[in-house]
Amino acid sequence: MLYALVLLAFASAVFYALFTSVAYQWDWEGVWRYRQQFGYGWLTTMMLSLVAMIVSVALGFLLMLGRRSPWEPLRMLCGGVVELVRGSPLLVQLLIGHYIIANALRIDQPIFTGIILLGCFEGAYLAEIFRGAVESISASQLEAARAVGLDKVQTYRFVIIPQALRRALPGTTGQLVSLIKDSSLLSVIGIEELVQKVKIMNAATYKPLEGFLPLALAYLIVTLPLSHLARRLERRFAYET
Amino acid sequence: MKLEAQAVTKRYGAHAALDGASFVTGDTARVIALLGPSGGGKSTLLRVLGCLLVPDDGSVTIDTRTLPHDEDGALAERRKNGFVFQGYNLFPHLTALQNITLPLREVHGMSGAQAEQRALELLHRLGLAGHEHKRPSQLSGGQQQRAAIARALAPKPRLLLLDEPTSALDPVMTGEVLDVIRELAEAGQSIILATHEISFARRVADWVVFLASGKVQESSSAAGFFTRPETGLAQHYLEGLSKYR
Repeated sequence: MLYALVLLAFASAVFYALFTSVAYQWDWEGVWRYRQQFGYGWLTTMMLSLVAMIVSVALGFLLMLGRRSPWEPLRMLCGGVVELVRGSPLLVQLLIGHYIIANALRIDQPIFTGIILLGCFEGAYLAEIFRGAVESISASQLEAARAVGLDKVQTYRFVIIPQALRRALPGTTGQLVSLIKDSSLLSVIGIEELVQKVKIMNAATYKPLEGFLPLALAYLIVTLPLSHLARRLERRFAYET
Repeated sequence: MKLEAQAVTKRYGAHAALDGASFVTGDTARVIALLGPSGGGKSTLLRVLGCLLVPDDGSVTIDTRTLPHDEDGALAERRKNGFVFQGYNLFPHLTALQNITLPLREVHGMSGAQAEQRALELLHRLGLAGHEHKRPSQLSGGQQQRAAIARALAPKPRLLLLDEPTSALDPVMTGEVLDVIRELAEAGQSIILATHEISFARRVADWVVFLASGKVQESSSAAGFFTRPETGLAQHYLEGLSKYR
């Protein structure tokens, strides 16, 4: 704890020195005037992220199952989806997804489209994290599950998933933290989440930098506790194998 | 029981772990020992007999029932058997008690209370009182193997199959586990046991199936096998194993 405080004080001093060395006139009044808009943006970001997390975990799980399916066409389809989505930038996916696909399907709900696209993007990464965790369960565990008479679904439910969960946890939290940060890109399809609100504010106040500092803080107050929670969960699930 | 295997073949890639293994036991064999050198096919044959593996070719008959080759049939068959492995294979995320109650509840339809009662009864009988709520990593190898035996016995299996249950244990723990198996054999449990513990097999088994190179070289009553092994391979194997004990 003491160590953390010392570290924090040191980091603050460094940042202070850096900020004062730049010849820039800081003016926080505009930020303060836009605090309510900022708050709405924050809420939108959190709501988007939360729903996208649920979508991504569900999709990641399904893609993982698909990649392990005994039926080859399904395996290839899910593998292809994962590789395509992981292999291309989120920005491109958002633009194509919103301006071409959603447009063609006559979906005029950027928030809905945004959540689905973000959920798909992170879901593809989660699928691989989940697959790695599931495939790390040893063959002898699967044989034991067969030997006690569990069927396939029961084996997943009682043997594979509980053990894989623990192994997937660190990677999954990292990915969910990324998701919250990646949601900032949704501003490009016109969703008024946090970043978009800050851009609007900066434009209106003619201040290009002030808004970004509270912006970073607004992400950190969610992402840091999330990482902390994940470490606690990891400890709770810890057991020797 | 009477076991009969006809030309059972199981291949892994180009390697045939079982290469046309055939044998028949006496009509009243109850404790059958699978003996033979490592890599000879004991474990594979044990898994085929217990329906944990479906052979590529050939068939197995137990009394008058022919073992199924489809996955659903094999699952139904496995649910009547109990397995114990060389590496214990307990579920590491569950306690000793939960390892036993999970299949009782989920596979055999017992209520939580019934399953727990049955599990505690077995854990106590196998000398694991006080260890019910420990995870496998907190138990010694011998304790883990006894918990694994308790798990296999809990649903009252028709047939108990043990695959070198003491090969990973030190001599003291080996003794503990063999005591348990001997008591089960004496209490009338039907057992198929793959082992290198030759003196133990001599003591509890009433039938011996001797395998080498994926083929059954010899199948005879235990008394006959240990006093007059027919094949040179078996003689050589027995001599090698009894050299220092």
